[in-house]
Amino acid sequence: MSSFSQAQMIEFNRLVARYPEGKQKSALLPVLHLAQESFGGWLSAETMDYVASLLGVEPIEVYEVATFYSMYNLKPVGKYMFEVCQTGPCMLRGSDSIIAYIEEKLGIKPGETTLDGMFTLKTVECLGACGYAPMMQLGKHYREHLTSEKVDAIIEECRKNAAMNN
Amino acid sequence: MKLLLEKAHIENIRLYDVYRREGGYRSVEKALKMTPDEIVDQVKRSGLRGRGGAGFPTGMKWSFIAKPEGVPRHLVCNADESEPGTFKDRYLMEFIPHLLIEGLIVSSFALGSNVTYIYIRGEYAWIVDILEQAIIEAKNNGWLGKNIQGTGFDCEIYVQRGAGAYICGEETALIESLEGKRGNPRIKPPFPAVKGVWDRPTVVNNVETLAAVVPIINMGGDEYAKIGVGKSTGTKLISACGNLNKPGVYEIDMTISVEEFIYSDKYCGGIANGRKLKACIPGGSSVPILPANLLLKTAKGETRYMNYESLSDGGFATGSMMGSGGFIVLDEDQCVVRHTLTLARFYRHESCGQCSPCREGTGWMEKILKNIEYGKGKMSDIDLLWDIQSRIEGNTICPLGDAAAWPVAAAIRHFRDEFEWHVFNPDECLKRNYGLAHYADERALAV
Repeated sequence: MSSFSQAQMIEFNRLVARYPEGKQKSALLPVLHLAQESFGGWLSAETMDYVASLLGVEPIEVYEVATFYSMYNLKPVGKYMFEVCQTGPCMLRGSDSIIAYIEEKLGIKPGETTLDGMFTLKTVECLGACGYAPMMQLGKHYREHLTSEKVDAIIEECRKNAAMNN
Repeated sequence: MKLLLEKAHIENIRLYDVYRREGGYRSVEKALKMTPDEIVDQVKRSGLRGRGGAGFPTGMKWSFIAKPEGVPRHLVCNADESEPGTFKDRYLMEFIPHLLIEGLIVSSFALGSNVTYIYIRGEYAWIVDILEQAIIEAKNNGWLGKNIQGTGFDCEIYVQRGAGAYICGEETALIESLEGKRGNPRIKPPFPAVKGVWDRPTVVNNVETLAAVVPIINMGGDEYAKIGVGKSTGTKLISACGNLNKPGVYEIDMTISVEEFIYSDKYCGGIANGRKLKACIPGGSSVPILPANLLLKTAKGETRYMNYESLSDGGFATGSMMGSGGFIVLDEDQCVVRHTLTLARFYRHESCGQCSPCREGTGWMEKILKNIEYGKGKMSDIDLLWDIQSRIEGNTICPLGDAAAWPVAAAIRHFRDEFEWHVFNPDECLKRNYGLAHYADERALAV
């Protein structure tokens, strides 16, 4: 079972230090983000138990939070996750056809991952980029004003990055 | 008139040195020479209303904060911007982060908050870095930390990321989330001003609200109150989206008409692709949708303006709300049923599940709307939809229930014939949209 590296522990301690003494549970959301980034992009039961032990809370307190918020992945996801907004303002600017295009291009439906483990498609609700629609979140950043050409370029970019990192 | 974004486009304004050179942090210098009560008084005089959506007077909210002896108080900045159509706070934080930090320092001093939190939606991950950089710069220059500018006032600001939950924009859900829990809104009272984060007195304010404190202190509350009209004082950020030529974030003083905002080249530049205006949700997805005729003019035939009073003129029967300033425009090719369906799906997805009218009702509304949109609806479904929304409204702990009910109610109220057309034309509605019908007024049709 994995645990935080020294650098990750420094970040963990920085997060916990923001709250009053005895209120370290408040760091749970940021610590879960850190854990998800550190352990392969998702939260296994072991990871959640580990976070519980670090913060000194019951595992159930971690599970109930992890299952509530949409950004925590409770099963493995692809190396690159396309989180495409489908709410009203994006729909008005053609998000339905962007989602359909990605489905066709990658051969997966929302919630699925390509067989090579490279891409996951996820439909999400409003991410606050309505004026730059249609859009998706990819990692830490937004990709906006999407067109099918842009989607092609993003897929290409991800494949290149993956090849470079191997 | 611009008070918040005037300098947002200056090169490198994100950097402390540039921001300071442009007059940044003057309001902190001024405020630290005032008493906290004097600052609260200036904010009261300014007439500033909460910019997150509810429009509650900020000075009054501040004056409610309890001050029990020996108990720390906290200011929490609500940067959980999640209302569909709303992306103004993101813009402000991304382009001129020091303005928010400056506003937070003044407000923290006024409220006696030595530890202040910015709760930001988790998806705005890159903005966390921008804000934390600004905080470090402010601290290095003596605006944060211990004994700020030799006044004896200590203040730290921390940024906490949420993790994807619209409900955490509701202030008590935000507080729960800040404490590391599910975002379930609390029953009020007690209000956060008495028992907020860790049971301590807490004020939660929107990003734009706290940024507006900077010009209020700089120019004085009375001067700020002269901008705008009536109880809509100061400037408001509007995030415009949908079928517009120039969607984006605009700072307006609240004296311009809706027509000018949509059609003038200074703002949205008209409807995209030469289409006609069909409808608009002027204040974020929760507020009532209006057909073009009621959007541009009130039911009395008067010009409608971009301010709190004018947008709500006529109540929900013929008006809407300023809300968060998320201005969503639908052109003649858009289907109101489909748009409403995406909003119903949104609210079903975002309901925290505590109250059954909201938890169950949002799911039923989505299902029924889906049936109507895909040609499987019955006439009785429209009445059922109306019935369900009316039973959610007012029957939940927090306003998410109302927020889910209002868009559905308004869509039926103003576009009932479009719903009926779907029911009567189950095959046709899959192939084409209903179009404009009689909704657009002459102005819209002429453009």
